Amino acid sequence: MSRRARLALFALAGGGLAAVLVIGFTGLPDFGAYHGVYGRIIDGIGVTLRHGTDLITLLNFDVRAFDTLGEEFILFASVLGIVLILRQLRGERQEPHKEEAEEHSFARASAALRTLALGLVPAIVAIGVYIVVHGQITPGGGFQGGVILAAAPLGAFLAGRYLSMKAIAPHLLIEWGDAIGAAGYALLGLSGLVFAGIFLRNYIPLGTPGHLLSGGQLDVASVFVGLEVSGAFLVAWTQFLDQAMLVRGGQQ
Amino acid sequence: MSFLPFAVAAWLFVIGLYGIVSSNNLVRTIISLTVVQSSTYLVLLGVGYVSGGKGAIFADITQVSKAVDPVVQVLVLTDIVIEATVTGLLLALAVQAHKRFGSLDPHDLRALRD
Amino acid sequence: MHIAALPVFIPLLAAAMLVAFRHWAPRVLNDAVATGVGAAVVVLCALLLAHTAHGRPFAYWMGGWRPSHSVAIGISLSIDPIGAGLATYMAVLVTAALIYSWRYFDAVDGLYHALMLVFLAAMAGFSLTGDLFNLAVFFELMGAVAYALTAYKIEEKGPIQGGINFAISNSVGAYAIFTGIALLYARTGALNMAQIGATLGHHHADPLVLVAMSLLFIGFLTKAAAVPVHFWLADAHAVAPAPVSVLFSGVMVELGIYAVARLYWTIFAGPLGPHVEELRAILIAFGTLTALWGAVMCFSQRHLKRLLAFSTISHVGMFVCGIGLLSAKGLAGVAVYVIGHGFTKAALFMLSGVLLHRFRTIDEFDLHGKGRELPWAVVLFAVGGLLLSAIPVATLFFGKSLLDGAALDGGYPWLPAIFVISSMFTGGAVLRVSGRLLGWGPSQPADERQAAAAREEEAEEEAPREYTPPLMLLVPAVLLLGAIVIGLIPGAVPGIEIAAGHFHDHTAYINWVLHGHVHFAPASTSHVEGFDYAYAGGATLGAIALAALGLFGRPLKRHLPHLLLQPVVVAVGGLRELHSGHIGDYIAWWTAGAAALGGASLIFLR
Repeated sequence: MSRRARLALFALAGGGLAAVLVIGFTGLPDFGAYHGVYGRIIDGIGVTLRHGTDLITLLNFDVRAFDTLGEEFILFASVLGIVLILRQLRGERQEPHKEEAEEHSFARASAALRTLALGLVPAIVAIGVYIVVHGQITPGGGFQGGVILAAAPLGAFLAGRYLSMKAIAPHLLIEWGDAIGAAGYALLGLSGLVFAGIFLRNYIPLGTPGHLLSGGQLDVASVFVGLEVSGAFLVAWTQFLDQAMLVRGGQQ
Repeated sequence: MSFLPFAVAAWLFVIGLYGIVSSNNLVRTIISLTVVQSSTYLVLLGVGYVSGGKGAIFADITQVSKAVDPVVQVLVLTDIVIEATVTGLLLALAVQAHKRFGSLDPHDLRALRD
Repeated sequence: MHIAALPVFIPLLAAAMLVAFRHWAPRVLNDAVATGVGAAVVVLCALLLAHTAHGRPFAYWMGGWRPSHSVAIGISLSIDPIGAGLATYMAVLVTAALIYSWRYFDAVDGLYHALMLVFLAAMAGFSLTGDLFNLAVFFELMGAVAYALTAYKIEEKGPIQGGINFAISNSVGAYAIFTGIALLYARTGALNMAQIGATLGHHHADPLVLVAMSLLFIGFLTKAAAVPVHFWLADAHAVAPAPVSVLFSGVMVELGIYAVARLYWTIFAGPLGPHVEELRAILIAFGTLTALWGAVMCFSQRHLKRLLAFSTISHVGMFVCGIGLLSAKGLAGVAVYVIGHGFTKAALFMLSGVLLHRFRTIDEFDLHGKGRELPWAVVLFAVGGLLLSAIPVATLFFGKSLLDGAALDGGYPWLPAIFVISSMFTGGAVLRVSGRLLGWGPSQPADERQAAAAREEEAEEEAPREYTPPLMLLVPAVLLLGAIVIGLIPGAVPGIEIAAGHFHDHTAYINWVLHGHVHFAPASTSHVEGFDYAYAGGATLGAIALAALGLFGRPLKRHLPHLLLQPVVVAVGGLRELHSGHIGDYIAWWTAGAAALGGASLIFLR
């Protein structure tokens, strides 16, 4: 279709869809006036039954842990897809040339930025680990902490040292993090069948609410997910950055 | 006021679609797709909001009736992971599209015309 | 049943392990692990099917979170014979595709196998789950894998574009689904399908419920590729590697149909009870349009995989009609038809893979006469064409006779004629190609459209292969045999009818999922009528006639009056013009489809 025809069709259809959505949304309870039974029940059982104070983590890694299995593998499969789609073909440069990559520092970093960025790396790691392991108590958990952890090596990248970044997070290691984290979560579910008779059923001691080792499987799941998420994001980022090197290499 | 968040959600859904329909650059198409998805965050979170309620974290609050619905927040977390991954995949495809077609304009992607 | 979740867990675990060791594992190990896991899932799902047949469905609550006071807290796998049967059928096709892949790819590493296993797990989860949001999660998981697999051949243009169009279209569909879920959650405070159905009860459907239904249906129909949200399908199925196309056409699309059926009978059957007639009309309108659109587009293709892709769209139209009849018999007809169609279509995609592998092109005219080198492939191809035309008495025929019966019962006596047209055109197109492979008809096309896309881009540099691995012909042969005999197994078709009867029992579903009480209203079975043979025989003869017309009909054109021919040429040309490959066009049509379904629901179902 021509651009004009396309936009004309959309003007008609988009208006119709907007009307449909608005009519449907008018049936919703007023904003802020929600009284659903599901959330209430979860509110009631979280601390008493599972000794976890962050109900989002409780839902994520216990009550609706099966969703999270799918979610985790969506990330896993997408990253596999990115690796597959960005794989190097015959005729494309295999590796960025060492000096080129160092010189080609994406951010032409000043000494100040360089020092600060590198100095941030350990701090980011510390925060990431903290967020991962405290997910059952306070906001956080494997997904949130994993992303923060993955950001740490990017500090080195910001400092203009791509190859140092690859040294901090070597490809094999991050790919293993990705795969082991994913496998670990699946195994945790399977171990529920072995030790408690049902998939994903908690069999790990619950501990005291509010303590680091509490909430049963929430912590274990968080660690596996954190591992997978940080690995997956790093694999994806490295793929894109390598690709940028390839393109630049190709132009010269 | 009480309907405004949902009106915005409807607006985001349709305007995101408009972004895809009118786009002449795949990166813009992909960003527009995330706009459509933002609409789903807004509906889900809006549905579970309780006036004056806090997040469902019982480390510092104890009164149950003051918490917003935790279930929709978990659903949105899943939704966010989906957005991140689909965007990543699509951007990877866009990189390859630029290599193969030498353009990011959907109009220049002509391998599959019938 | 302790094994309930194994069909999901085992492939996921295996996929993660394959990736962990992918730099060291030899090809043969990857093949062995993937195929072994596929076979294991077949066995597991068959056990589930055997357990649930004879009216013993069950809900398996993940993490042990059983309903408390009849309110679902956790996620259930709600397994009934239709779900378990679908999972079994799906696992068989995945395993067949994996075996076929042993020889299809020259070089392939663990990534491919890992993705196929995740795909397997996602489809198993999708078939078995009883939770609406979980269904959406597996929908997305299927999607993520499928987008990547579509673009597998990154060295060519088509797969990249196909992947992009597929990913964007399906993601938009997924967001419609999420919005629908949010609406239902706001109304019912539940995510379990039985719970939502129980809470909605038989209250009259208000706009919120109608819009939620429209959004969920259009989302899943996007996966199922109903017109006008179907455009991505031809692009994606045509460019994906053959074993992947097998799964796309054979299972993934059908899962979209399954979701619509499942949602209707678990959630919406209650509120929409008073408006069955109107909803039936809406769905059948979509289905009829899809069936005819696909049929015409199918017959006008020369790119073999694109031809098969449009044939799938045409059959999807029949499925939408079958489900849209909103009766147990229609559902049973679709279930039987899906099995027969899936095995046949899988075999046909594999055979076009054989042709591409050998001759590096799947353009119908490039392949003129080439079939003499591969006589068995041509024979199998022709058998596939005859099966698609629903020839008596293969599996497809039994499915179609059930659909015909359901159409008559539902007050749509003209619907069987639509089915006949769909069978004629899709079967005829495949038969025409078989003839061309033997060197019949002209070797030069009337126009040059689609020719380039059908050839491998490196075709000029690499010579055609001299050899076709026998395994690549054996797998489709076995699948075709399955498509013929499964319907003939005593008790198979009546068993499916009874399972469908239970599936469509709205109240019983809620009871067995939430309360564990299994009680079904008695389900009936039916017989093949005499006129079914007439319809099916007519369709087969029509397909053969159309194939002959396609091969030898060109001289006839000169004798036809211009006035008669020209409108047809223009109409078909215009229809083809709409498949522009432009994602903006596709999303504009998607919006139109969503607005049409939503608008029609709001107007006619209140």
